[in-house]
Amino acid sequence: MKSGLLLIPVLAVLSIFCLAPLLEVAVDSLQTEDGIGLGNYLEILTSPFYRQAFANSLSVSLWSSCLGLVIALFGAASLRRLPGRLRDAVVAATNMASNLTGVPLAFAFIILAGTNGALTLLLRQSGLFGNFDLYSRAGLILIYSYFQVPLALLLLYPAFDALDDDWQAAAALLGARVWHYWLKIGLPVLAPAILGTFILLFANAMGAYASAYALTTGNVNLVTVRIASLVAGNIVLDPDLAAALAVLLVALMVLVTTLSQRLLKKSYHAR
Amino acid sequence: MRAEIYHRTIVSLLVLLLGLPVAATLAYSFATRWGATVLPDGFTLSWYVQLWQDQRFLAAFFRSLVVGFGTLAIGTVVVVPAAFVVFYRFPALDKVMGILSLVPFAVPPVVSSVGLLHLYSDGPLPLVGTPWILVGCDLAIVLPFLYRAQANALGAINLRDLMDAAHILGAGTARAFLMVVFPLLRKGLMASLFLSFSLLLGEFVFANILVGTRYETLQVYLYNVRQVSGHFTSAAVMSYFFFTLVLTWLAARLGR
Repeated sequence: MKSGLLLIPVLAVLSIFCLAPLLEVAVDSLQTEDGIGLGNYLEILTSPFYRQAFANSLSVSLWSSCLGLVIALFGAASLRRLPGRLRDAVVAATNMASNLTGVPLAFAFIILAGTNGALTLLLRQSGLFGNFDLYSRAGLILIYSYFQVPLALLLLYPAFDALDDDWQAAAALLGARVWHYWLKIGLPVLAPAILGTFILLFANAMGAYASAYALTTGNVNLVTVRIASLVAGNIVLDPDLAAALAVLLVALMVLVTTLSQRLLKKSYHAR
Repeated sequence: MRAEIYHRTIVSLLVLLLGLPVAATLAYSFATRWGATVLPDGFTLSWYVQLWQDQRFLAAFFRSLVVGFGTLAIGTVVVVPAAFVVFYRFPALDKVMGILSLVPFAVPPVVSSVGLLHLYSDGPLPLVGTPWILVGCDLAIVLPFLYRAQANALGAINLRDLMDAAHILGAGTARAFLMVVFPLLRKGLMASLFLSFSLLLGEFVFANILVGTRYETLQVYLYNVRQVSGHFTSAAVMSYFFFTLVLTWLAARLGR
């Protein structure tokens, strides 16, 4: 039993730096000026400003997860058809891209697509996307999608092994077009993996803060940006309100995860 | 044939999409001036020279390395014996550790920093504003990762037979672990350490909210010098990016 002592440091670190802060957040969220209560939650739910933050976070997360997922699906399907060495090189390149996150990612996009970015100028000269603004919600969706693609690819690629090449040939023999095969066979088989990946992408985007902060210095109203500015900003500090926002954010992530898991189980039973 | 052209096109587009921001930043970091034109005026190394002579950059980089090495040293000492004990003595606990490991992944750093600020700003553990809170938070980030790598490695070897054999030959448990089991885990450990290091070098949220300029690390520095010059910042971003590339490349090589 003495050997069990060796587990204490791990548990201590997790308790001190992860579990205790979480508990503290839950407790703080109930602290109001007039004692313990749901005042902070009420304030958030009735404030158009905070409701907008949730709406923005949800929309940026949903859009970027869907975009990242679709790009990764097409990418993974085609990647499987490439010769081995080329494939390995592309996988290495995606892993490389997954290192570009947070503050450096925001910089890279400012240089590429900011006000005087090369891509912005190119597109402006050609008359396309004349008024695309990187420092906006659309810009955030673009940047978030960028960090979602490598993650989605990493998670989805192995799932494609479940698809037997003979199925496509068999479907073609029976007269199915390519899109028919994907709609009726490919995607349904991949559905659990797609849904599972979506959950991770969504949670990843909901909790993201660094790139949004670096890109817009907090001008786009997101939940994570609001939380950070309430505890470390330079205007109004209200840690208890921040704690309530944090609890709601985590609750929303848990809700989406449970709903998706439900859906996942259903799709298993349906088969 | 048509299908092959299609697949190659899709993958090329994907690589282009992912490579474009990196390529633009790289080009910008070498450009003398890049105003309102699609291509730069000329190329120079001066931004890199300027960067690598900047005391503040060097200090921030050094601090990130200190925090990273410190975290991983503690992490290794903490996780390696723990994973061994779980697998050798309490295999049933592996599931619990797996679930516990998920918590730091599932909770966004912004959320936990709210609680961390409250708990450790004063009181018995006044860590906020010091590098120690970074080491602690970074530990929580990498512990699950290191544990998983160790667990996978331990699951892949015949732990019980190896330990029994060593015991029969007269070694105590500690000696058997250090001389027989640990060498088998070392490669996986090194790979996970390099990956963790690149993960830690990219950590911004804890560093900015909990410590900021009081112990300026690389990411906070990058954020704070964003107004200086786009070229200069690009050189900093590319230097950082190149460094993490080397780390992940080493991890991939060792992981083979």
